[in-house]
Amino acid sequence: MSAALGVLAAFFVVAIGLGILARQGRDMNLEQWSVGGRGFGSLFVFLLMAGEIYTTFTFLGGSGWAYGKGAPAFYILCYGAIAYSFSYFLLPVIWRYAQPRRLVSQADYFIAKYDSPALGVIVAVVGVAALVPYLVLQLRGLGIIVSEASYGSIAPATAMWTGTAALIFYVVISGVRGSAWTAALKDVMILGVVIVIGVYLPMHYYGGYHAMFDAIARAKPGFLTLPRAGMSPSWLISTVLLTACGFYMWPQYFASVYTARNENVFRKNAVMLPLYQLVILFVFFCGFAALLVVPGLTGTDADLSLLRMSKLAFAPWSVGVIGAAGLLTALVPGSMILISAATILAQNVYRPLTRGASDRSVVVVARALVPVVALLALLLALRGGQAIVALLLMGYNIVTQLFPALMLSLAARPLVSRAAAISGIVAGEITVASITLAGTSVASLFPSAPQMIKDLNVGLVALIVNTVVLAVVALITGRPASELAPTRAAAAVYALPPRDQVSAHEL
Amino acid sequence: MPLRRYHLLAALPTIGLLAGIPFANRLEPYVLGLPFLLFWIVAWVLATSAIMWLIWGLDRARAGASKS
Repeated sequence: MSAALGVLAAFFVVAIGLGILARQGRDMNLEQWSVGGRGFGSLFVFLLMAGEIYTTFTFLGGSGWAYGKGAPAFYILCYGAIAYSFSYFLLPVIWRYAQPRRLVSQADYFIAKYDSPALGVIVAVVGVAALVPYLVLQLRGLGIIVSEASYGSIAPATAMWTGTAALIFYVVISGVRGSAWTAALKDVMILGVVIVIGVYLPMHYYGGYHAMFDAIARAKPGFLTLPRAGMSPSWLISTVLLTACGFYMWPQYFASVYTARNENVFRKNAVMLPLYQLVILFVFFCGFAALLVVPGLTGTDADLSLLRMSKLAFAPWSVGVIGAAGLLTALVPGSMILISAATILAQNVYRPLTRGASDRSVVVVARALVPVVALLALLLALRGGQAIVALLLMGYNIVTQLFPALMLSLAARPLVSRAAAISGIVAGEITVASITLAGTSVASLFPSAPQMIKDLNVGLVALIVNTVVLAVVALITGRPASELAPTRAAAAVYALPPRDQVSAHEL
Repeated sequence: MPLRRYHLLAALPTIGLLAGIPFANRLEPYVLGLPFLLFWIVAWVLATSAIMWLIWGLDRARAGASKS
């Protein structure tokens, strides 16, 4: 027990140390703090983007879904591959636009593209609304992991307080460099841990994968295929499509595009990331192996399956290592979320409110906002309650509403007017909010529709409303006459270089 | 970089993976110890990497040819 605690503490200290060292004596202006001075090569961008694959949701939720739901968990393996295949084309276009204009947040992109500070404020609010529940989820996961891996000697609340303090500390000091350095440690750990236990446990308890799945199929017929109704094939297909659309709409991953040194970084990553994602397969193996070894975990307790089984199978010090890997899966995405939320609030809310504050004061405000956002999330995390899962699902639906306006803005001259982009996003968000609050599903909207339609992910409804409203307003207002570079209002408020200062070669 | 016809290959993972789900939604045959549905998905994830590698290779070959 104390061995587990010692290992956990050691990794915790190393992670904070790395996070602080990552600053390397750099002067932290906004561009350094938020997007690493746009100097990251393939490896660091890879690690930041792989952050999405291995959050606590994947570590606990991936094994938890395999354990509790079976085949529907496979959707987690699908959406990344699809998002990566499109990232090959999407991300270089965003990068080429952002780089000479020195954009630092996702909202900056929308402001510049549509020449609309109003749209910027909307995107900023949308982003923060989605980020806070995501951060709450990471902190919750951190609490669960540490308390389980320390054999209950550290209470979840204590773990959450300590973790939040560490996050604030190294995020304020090192910004996104801290995330990248701790991500390197995290990925080495998680790769080792997940593959070792995902290979060892099925062998140890069942004698192999085939034998394991055979035993599960006999004990729970139908568990390893999608059901006919409910989480059926049409549920999986619609969910994967929606999630793939929303993937890069998260403000922290959108902003990680800006950290790249050149655009080939994204092409290389589009080849590597799908392969790397297969680690989730081993997370599934852990959940499936636990099914017959530590049976009886129901509801949210299914998320504990990986750690419970590890405690049964391994010595305390190795449980400490597993817990440390889990701890890092909370710290790294947590730090990226914090940086993103603080940057958005400082750059896209504080700056316009003060009518063009200096860069120096914006970065001071951004860093000062880090503890504010972190403590807000911590309070929400400590309050507990089931609602948080609903909030996360809502978070994904919230960010996905940015997808149509983004895709239509990729051409040098956006295909639709700013009025159309704003109306679409607002209509989509209102739909998301009402669907979530009312607990609507497609089945409840269309009770007499065929089962295939009823099982569609309800997020699709909001995206359709969004697109229809956008299309109608676009038809009325027409396509913008010229390229909407940050000309008058936007440039004045945001200190973005106006159009004539942007060299023409990258357009 | 202009879009080329072979860039359409990038749509294969989406179409193949997802359109195949209703037909691949079965337990047997097991492949490499995996239930068929899981094998189907894993195979497409691997294929995604291979396809993107091919596209990247073709793009680099073109970029190299146009420079010389």
